[in-house]
Amino acid sequence: MKANCWVSRNTVEVQDVPDPAILNSRDAIVKISSTAICGSDLHLMDGYVPTMQKGDVLGHEFMGEVIEVGDGIGPDQLQIGDRVVVPCSIACGACWACQNRLYSCCENTNPNAGLAEKFFGHPTGGIFGYSHLTGGFAGGQAEYARVPFADVGPLKVDSRLADEQVLFLSDILPTGFMAAEMCEITPGDVIAVWGAGPVGQFAMDSARLFGAERVIAIDKEPYRLEMAERAGHIPLDFSQVDVRSELLELTGGRGPDKCIDAVGMEATHGSPPVDAYDRAKQATGVESDRPHALRQAITSCRNGGVVSVIGDYDGSADKFPAGSWMNRSVTMKTGQCHVQRYMKPLLGHIERGELDPTRVITHRLPLDQAPYGYDIFKHKQDGCEKVVLTAGEPVAAGV
Amino acid sequence: MATASAAGSDTWVPETLASGKTGERLGRDRLVRVLGWASAIVGVPLLLAPKASAKAIGVGDAAGHRTAAGAVGARNLAVAVGLLLRFSPAWLWARLGGDATDMALLGFAARRSGLIGLIHKSTYKGRATRAAVTAATLAGITGVDLYAVITRSRPTTTLRLTSTVTVAVTELQAYELWRLLESLPTFLAHVDEVRVTGPDTSHWRASDPFGAAVEWDARIVEDVPGERLAWLSLAGGAVSNAGDVRFLRAPGGRGTEIHATLYYRISGARAAAALARYFGENPAQLLDGELRRFKQVAETGEVVRSEGAPGGKRERREFPQHPARPLSRDELIEVQS
Repeated sequence: MKANCWVSRNTVEVQDVPDPAILNSRDAIVKISSTAICGSDLHLMDGYVPTMQKGDVLGHEFMGEVIEVGDGIGPDQLQIGDRVVVPCSIACGACWACQNRLYSCCENTNPNAGLAEKFFGHPTGGIFGYSHLTGGFAGGQAEYARVPFADVGPLKVDSRLADEQVLFLSDILPTGFMAAEMCEITPGDVIAVWGAGPVGQFAMDSARLFGAERVIAIDKEPYRLEMAERAGHIPLDFSQVDVRSELLELTGGRGPDKCIDAVGMEATHGSPPVDAYDRAKQATGVESDRPHALRQAITSCRNGGVVSVIGDYDGSADKFPAGSWMNRSVTMKTGQCHVQRYMKPLLGHIERGELDPTRVITHRLPLDQAPYGYDIFKHKQDGCEKVVLTAGEPVAAGV
Repeated sequence: MATASAAGSDTWVPETLASGKTGERLGRDRLVRVLGWASAIVGVPLLLAPKASAKAIGVGDAAGHRTAAGAVGARNLAVAVGLLLRFSPAWLWARLGGDATDMALLGFAARRSGLIGLIHKSTYKGRATRAAVTAATLAGITGVDLYAVITRSRPTTTLRLTSTVTVAVTELQAYELWRLLESLPTFLAHVDEVRVTGPDTSHWRASDPFGAAVEWDARIVEDVPGERLAWLSLAGGAVSNAGDVRFLRAPGGRGTEIHATLYYRISGARAAAALARYFGENPAQLLDGELRRFKQVAETGEVVRSEGAPGGKRERREFPQHPARPLSRDELIEVQS
């Protein structure tokens, strides 16, 4: 089959690889109809996430049709022919973490837990196509994928909804939603979101759902800010204005009640010298993450507010404003999204028309053109916000 | 999570492991016995007939020479007794030390009697030749002793590994899964087969980090359902080991804490561990892995595999490993075999 593979730093390539096979009894094989490129795929391509290997199949946002199931899966759980959206993180459903709905922290699905333990102190669960640190699972930017614990994660969706409406339930929609949920929004709250990429956009929409009165989108790409503005959010271009004074202006001097970092480890600073300083430290390994958005979110947040961190961090960060965080009673919440928690309720929001995930899609490409998709997404060319790759025959609404 | 250490005196070290296993091994060692008898054979004439002996080996027969020869003989006899009856690597070191002393004495004697300067004179020729032969023989013996010390006297350490994991099953369920000895190879990386041979005995077949097969018999010495399971390997097996697994109720209804301790009595354990680590197998991490796989089996029914780690318990590395891409037909057959 064809699959988009990591070759070396900054190079991905569509290659011919063997078709997947059942390895565990609760596996299913899914014929992929739609898949997508995620912002975190760029961290992998850029080489900032360690333990990528030549030939690793990328991709953790995918959906399709079940074509094979293992012995351990009952007919009442999953059947051949079912149309499923597959959550990006793999969860066993049985361990303490899964029982407590901390699915991305599953204690059983990372065969390389020893490695993850070395990096993080405690291991995390498996993720499709997301380095060997998270298990070495083949990803979903491919024609087929093996889905472990297929009786636990995948969400069955009927054919009334198009792929594009439900595909993002696999990762970015729940991720944005969780970012807003962690803010514990109360009516009237003003929310600032750093990063107007797809997750940031969904965090903004979700904040509205939770009752936020005003949502501010902070980015520097005009097309991303326009996209947020079209959805009713307030754009703030950090390359043009001073973020702090602008946020004070927009909030009567209080600062945003809740702040969301939807940027993560590869942030760009508005001031070129500061940006160069963090980039140099990242390149030389002095710090592994460029946490500028996080620093700014903490210092901008109002006293007693919440900073919700959903952008990816992988290692360690310098110049963490601990004093601002501590003295001003700021709460920080974070986590790799527990996708399985949110898939069903979010499907309801989509069916009722309260959320429109399709609004972030700017590019639809065949799987063959995945490397081009990575390129325009990384360099923010051609107004690229979200690339959907169609692996097989697109499954349209009503089919 | 896990720690590896040489067992201290305060830790529970199974008795058979603490006792003189090294001694038994040395007692059966043919080279050690040959060296013991050699010491005896050399020692007796030196002690009983120092004058003739001194002459035979080419040193002078002055009073000093006779005394030295007698002392060397006595030393050799003591070492012989030690090697043959009191098994300890210390006696091999004693032989090596003796060799050095003998060399020094021989050199001293040769210089004192002016032997080196007189070698060309025919009157001394016989003695000089005998002294040269003695020196050469001594050099050869020193070589053998050095070899014996290097190969026979590596210190045996008891390597103690501990690790712990919490599993979402009851203490009794966890105990029962562990007590099912014949299913232990599902998650124990190196154990290929466990055969129950009696109510509390079993035969184990495993492969060491370098792939060589090792077998031993084990006996369960402590068996409290839902609480504790401890075992010892029986004497005579290739591996001296013992294990102790305790099952404790985790707080907050989180299931069972499994506290496992393994003891390995290996000669040159530190060297072996360092070598194994070089090949990607830290013994402490190995036990972590065993417990993680136990948890997987207890909670999900099987050992979880990824494309990067398709071999399940047979995986030796977490990075680099097989690329995270589906396996070829051949690779699949190998994994499923």
